[in-house]
Amino acid sequence: MKPLTNAVQYLGSQLRQIGLFIALIVIVVFFQITTNGITLAPINVSNLVVQNSYILILAVGMVMVIIAGHIDLSVGSVVAFIGAMAGVMMSEWHIPWPLAVFFCLVIGALVGAWQGFWIAYFGIPAFIVTLAGMLVFRGAAQIALGNQQISFFPIEFRAIGSGFLPAFGTTGYEPLTLIIGVVASLAIVANAARQRMVRRKYNLEDEPIWWFIVKLVFLIGLVLTVAFLLASYNGTPIVLVILGVLVVAYTVVMQRSVFGRHIYAIGGNLNAAALSGIKTKRVTFLLFVNMGVIAAIAGVVFTAGLNLAGPQAGTGFELDAISAVFIGGAAVTGGIGTIPGAIIGGLIIGVLNNGMSILGVDSDYQLLIKGLVLLAAVAFDVYNKRRSVGR
Amino acid sequence: MADTILEMRNISKTFPGVKALQDVSISIEEGSVHAICGENGAGKSTLMKVLSGVYPHGTFDGEILLRGEPVEFKSINDSEAAGIVIIHQELALSPYLSIAENIYLGNEKQRGGFIDWNETNLEAGKLLKKVGLRDNPITKIVDIGVGKQQLVEIAKALSKEVKILILDEPTAALNDDDSAHLLDLIRQLKQQGITSIIISHKLNEIKAIADRVTIIRDGRTIETLEMHEEGASENRIIKGMVGRDVASRFPDHVPHLGEELLRVEHWTVHHPLDRTRKVVDDANISVRAGEIVGIAGLMGAGRTELAMSIFGHSYGVGISGQVYKRGVPVSVNTVSKAIANGIAYSTEDRKRYGLNLIDNIQRNISIAALDKLVNWLKLVDAHRETTVANEYRASMNIKTPNVTAVTGKLSGGNQQKVVLSKWMYADPEVLILDEPTRGIDVGAKYEIYTIIDRLADQGKGVIVISSELPELLGICDRIYTLSEGRITADVPREKATAEYLMQFMTQEREKTHV
Repeated sequence: MKPLTNAVQYLGSQLRQIGLFIALIVIVVFFQITTNGITLAPINVSNLVVQNSYILILAVGMVMVIIAGHIDLSVGSVVAFIGAMAGVMMSEWHIPWPLAVFFCLVIGALVGAWQGFWIAYFGIPAFIVTLAGMLVFRGAAQIALGNQQISFFPIEFRAIGSGFLPAFGTTGYEPLTLIIGVVASLAIVANAARQRMVRRKYNLEDEPIWWFIVKLVFLIGLVLTVAFLLASYNGTPIVLVILGVLVVAYTVVMQRSVFGRHIYAIGGNLNAAALSGIKTKRVTFLLFVNMGVIAAIAGVVFTAGLNLAGPQAGTGFELDAISAVFIGGAAVTGGIGTIPGAIIGGLIIGVLNNGMSILGVDSDYQLLIKGLVLLAAVAFDVYNKRRSVGR
Repeated sequence: MADTILEMRNISKTFPGVKALQDVSISIEEGSVHAICGENGAGKSTLMKVLSGVYPHGTFDGEILLRGEPVEFKSINDSEAAGIVIIHQELALSPYLSIAENIYLGNEKQRGGFIDWNETNLEAGKLLKKVGLRDNPITKIVDIGVGKQQLVEIAKALSKEVKILILDEPTAALNDDDSAHLLDLIRQLKQQGITSIIISHKLNEIKAIADRVTIIRDGRTIETLEMHEEGASENRIIKGMVGRDVASRFPDHVPHLGEELLRVEHWTVHHPLDRTRKVVDDANISVRAGEIVGIAGLMGAGRTELAMSIFGHSYGVGISGQVYKRGVPVSVNTVSKAIANGIAYSTEDRKRYGLNLIDNIQRNISIAALDKLVNWLKLVDAHRETTVANEYRASMNIKTPNVTAVTGKLSGGNQQKVVLSKWMYADPEVLILDEPTRGIDVGAKYEIYTIIDRLADQGKGVIVISSELPELLGICDRIYTLSEGRITADVPREKATAEYLMQFMTQEREKTHV
């Protein structure tokens, strides 16, 4: 019985990590049953990805901001503003769509630089600056659109939000998506094995082999299942590719780049970071520039997907992104959080939204339930922390 | 002979691993000014916290007698009800409330659950007059200087019908005028029959106002002197404060001095909140390769301020003076420039300023020199980082199962080794170590001393700031004394004794008034 007790103890110590996954699975299974299998139907999985992509994209930037101990309330308005500018540029100024997308990202960077300046160099708390930004850019979006909606974007542009990678074959399982799924799985296995070998080499304490395998099998299973489901519908959504690139790239940035390390250091102890020679103001400034660009990407994806630039677009997105980050285990005080965590947090919100919509839950109740889930996730976190300190 | 108002008998107080107080006895006469003096960490503040109920009855041994009756204070409220009020070194005023509001904070003048503002401001005005403050009671605390804030604290104490007033280092943060005024006020209060207990190590002050002085060292009472009697000289007090044996708690070290690495000339720093106050005043210091230089100074002398202002202007405003590196003038106005010029500073408060406690050891060690660990993609090579951290773990003897353990869970000594590792990896030429052994047990201290010697042997210049004189005497080749922001002496090892240093550490600036 000894190995079993050890195993249970080990799982206990990993509760936070597992808890997030278990929560996601429980929610998916719950909706799979209550919706009579609609939740995991190929078309719904595809929709789930497309409809939540912008929240997940925003969560990537938001988790970095929150790790540094700040917050950004303006991203929803920035999404609307970017959408408005995209509409104006393409339909009124007739700028070619690739150029327009590029300008959108530049505008996002400028928006971020504006807010970053006040936060980093002027010393106004991010909460205030971005609260102001929330109003400013909502207003700017409405002004740009003249309170009209702009629709009818070029088909190539719309593909960014709602298109799929070119499909081979018209029936059965789309091969490219399956290939991507398999390649991704192989990459995950290779990376995990390499990490494990390195840890062995440096004599680092490592997780037990059974847990290593269980985790890998679970992860690959997840990737292949999603690939399989997508393949049996229209193939790989382009937003999924964008999201995948962002997640991988920013995970590397946060875990391995000097910039990422500086963000964790600033969030963990601002004074110590400054006294270690980190240019804290510069890092904070760049962080918000980065957030602006990511908000612009989300704005482009959202506008393209909807084929519509409206003055009320993106309302409340900031709250979904912030919720995703905190459900994903980030600390309110900064210094703690991961991009994969934020993505899972975003998926939990996404599945909740999607499932409740399918079930026809009243939107008022949807808000109520989402609020309680956020509270429960953070309460679980705090409880967990207190327990581990108590020991 | 006046009556004894307060007596503390055989007080002992133990913290985990440390005996802070052992059998301390003290008796205070009614209407006297009684000074308690001793080195930093001697146990003065602990004793006062026992008296005022911060450490409630039952958490210490011994008894407290008030007018001959034993008392058991369970909290500050109990001691205040008995007329004992303590004014801490760090003032406990709420900056954005008015003077009157602060005076009656927690003790509000009310009528039917609502605050009676007229009564509050009227009574506050009367109290202010008593302490010699002419400010309007509705002035906010932020708008008056530290000296006046100190007086507001005393007015607050008077509002509580104080019998025994305890002042912890009351003049440490004050300029000369404010100090003189405060001492006058204490004399006036004495005439009104209020007993004062003053914790101080400013000997002139003690001579000026105290009737008796009790010296505490290493948590024990050494002696109580009647100040008006023969033999109560400053020298005797100094001897009492420092007179412990400097045993071989330090590794032997023969210095190999090289060229001058760092020289700071005419360094002057002003207080960030009070630009008229010079925290460091025209200081000149230098350190040579292979040399361990000490900076000795009492609390509030400006030791940390001197170091932090040199390290990237991290403290203070209106900084003037010049830093020379190997004789060449260099700029140190940002931390990264200071680091680039080969200067490192390890803080006295490692939890607040030194470490990211929620991150692991390896990342704390690498953070000041991440650029040394990046590959061609500008990504941190985590494996090399681990190797580096493991090297320091071995050479510094950091006791941890692995370098990915969270830093906050290490002991104080091991945390300090992580801070030192961080700076050693940044490979500076001059290291300024501020209180490198604070909060560390004796065994770990010896290890830290060994590390400091090793750094000097590698040809680095080391500046050690410490409030423990024996420590400086044990490890330094040369010691500067600092008093009120000025370098008062540059003492070579041969001449350095605790008494000699203490003279210069307590040397006060010539007063501009009588």
